[in-house]
Amino acid sequence: MQLQINNNFAQTVIEIENLSFSYDKDLVLEDINLKVFDKDFLAIIGPNGGGKSTLIKLILGINKVNKGSIKFFDTPLGKKNLDIGYVPQNTNVNINFPIKVVEVVLMGHKKNKTPLFGYKKEEINHAIDVLKQVKMQEYANSKIGSLSGGQRQRVMIARALYSNPKILLLDEPTSNIDADGQSHIYELLKNLNKKVTIVVISHDLSIILDYATKVAYINKKLSSHDVSGMRKDFATKNKHICEVELLEMLGKCKC
Amino acid sequence: MLEALSYDFMQNALIAGIIVSFLSGIIGSLIVVNRMVFLAGGIAHASYGGIGIAIFSGIPIFLGTSVFAIIAALFMAFITMNKRESIDVFVGLVWAVGMAIGIILIDLTPGYNADLMSYLFGSILAVNDNDLYFMGSLFVIILFVITFWYRDILAVSYDSEYAALSGTNVKFFYTLILVLSAMTGVIAIKVVGLILVIALLTIPIYIAQNISSSLYSMMITSGFIATAFTIVGLWISYSFNLTSGACIILVSALSLMIFMLYLKLK
Repeated sequence: MQLQINNNFAQTVIEIENLSFSYDKDLVLEDINLKVFDKDFLAIIGPNGGGKSTLIKLILGINKVNKGSIKFFDTPLGKKNLDIGYVPQNTNVNINFPIKVVEVVLMGHKKNKTPLFGYKKEEINHAIDVLKQVKMQEYANSKIGSLSGGQRQRVMIARALYSNPKILLLDEPTSNIDADGQSHIYELLKNLNKKVTIVVISHDLSIILDYATKVAYINKKLSSHDVSGMRKDFATKNKHICEVELLEMLGKCKC
Repeated sequence: MLEALSYDFMQNALIAGIIVSFLSGIIGSLIVVNRMVFLAGGIAHASYGGIGIAIFSGIPIFLGTSVFAIIAALFMAFITMNKRESIDVFVGLVWAVGMAIGIILIDLTPGYNADLMSYLFGSILAVNDNDLYFMGSLFVIILFVITFWYRDILAVSYDSEYAALSGTNVKFFYTLILVLSAMTGVIAIKVVGLILVIALLTIPIYIAQNISSSLYSMMITSGFIATAFTIVGLWISYSFNLTSGACIILVSALSLMIFMLYLKLK
């Protein structure tokens, strides 16, 4: 099933064709076809173990594609994906690590040259600029462990933005964050979406439906749906939509 | 203390103590943030095998120990990358086998009056000029390596998955950190002994971790704290004629207790 509604003129950012992937003998993903267009806000949902994170890892090149293909702006995936910004799932690890916020952001620096001594002035300035985008510039010199979960997640987004990526991949960015922090993150993503394409894995359905333009459901196989036109049809502020209700809803839509 | 400094052996002890303190501050910080304390302990103890080989075959002890420790570190790196599920079994294995090799080889060395104790608890008062040259050059090498690759080492230590994505060779830097800690262990054995190496590589670091906001400042702070412990420990050791390594560690442990009490009451 492919999705091309209202996107005839948009540029294809990621094109996945006939992708299958297995760990040892377990087939995790089967015959996935997916196109992500420029400025899409795609939410990937599905049960645990359904292959969501595996798909992200394939796009990032952490896992190697063994059947089918993934193209990024019409070229096959290279080793270093300079144009992909990635925000990993668990940002609560290593909280005691003695590191300043600005240093974490500077790790978004992609390697294209030999080792460097220290940090250059323009790199630090760029890191501060990126922190401004996520409204965290005043914390630049704070220790990462002193931030709240939501603030730390914004720093991780800043790290992903450091290399000016064309697309941002986020793996459950709002798990383990309080409700207030969650809506901050989604407002931020909505703003960023004006400039970059966003792909987000989430269980956080009610918020996803407020912001995402497309939903892909992955459970070994993928089915995708355009939700941009149907948001007015149900109470978006209702925080109690469960996955079953969503699937029912998606079943009713014309895609 | 001042009149003690007129003795050559005391001057050497002080210089060696300061070098080891700064080294263990720098490398200990890396070991602690990478959660490699058990690994580093295994390597340090396995180094005793190197001492045995050196004594048995008559090569310089620092050389034999360093080579053996580096081989143990490479083996540990290989195990951590390829047999993640049974790391602790293999660390225990390397730990015990290394020491066993050392003891057997010293048994087999004719006429050698094995002084295992001096390696278990250190012999800082027996540091000679050649030892100092060796320690000094190793210190410079380690300092250079850390300064040159600081950003990569920081990236791998903080978030190795992300570091790999940005093109950093995670396996290389992980192995490098283990090799550097093996070399530091070899020197620290001379000063505080291999039983006590781990305490010197962790206590000052734990205190520094709580008061530093970057890895760099944690390394420097740990270095100064460890130096203070070493000097005070040496002074107590000299004044009351007690084993120096044990004094240094007990001073560190006592200070840690006071520090934790301070954190609680703050």
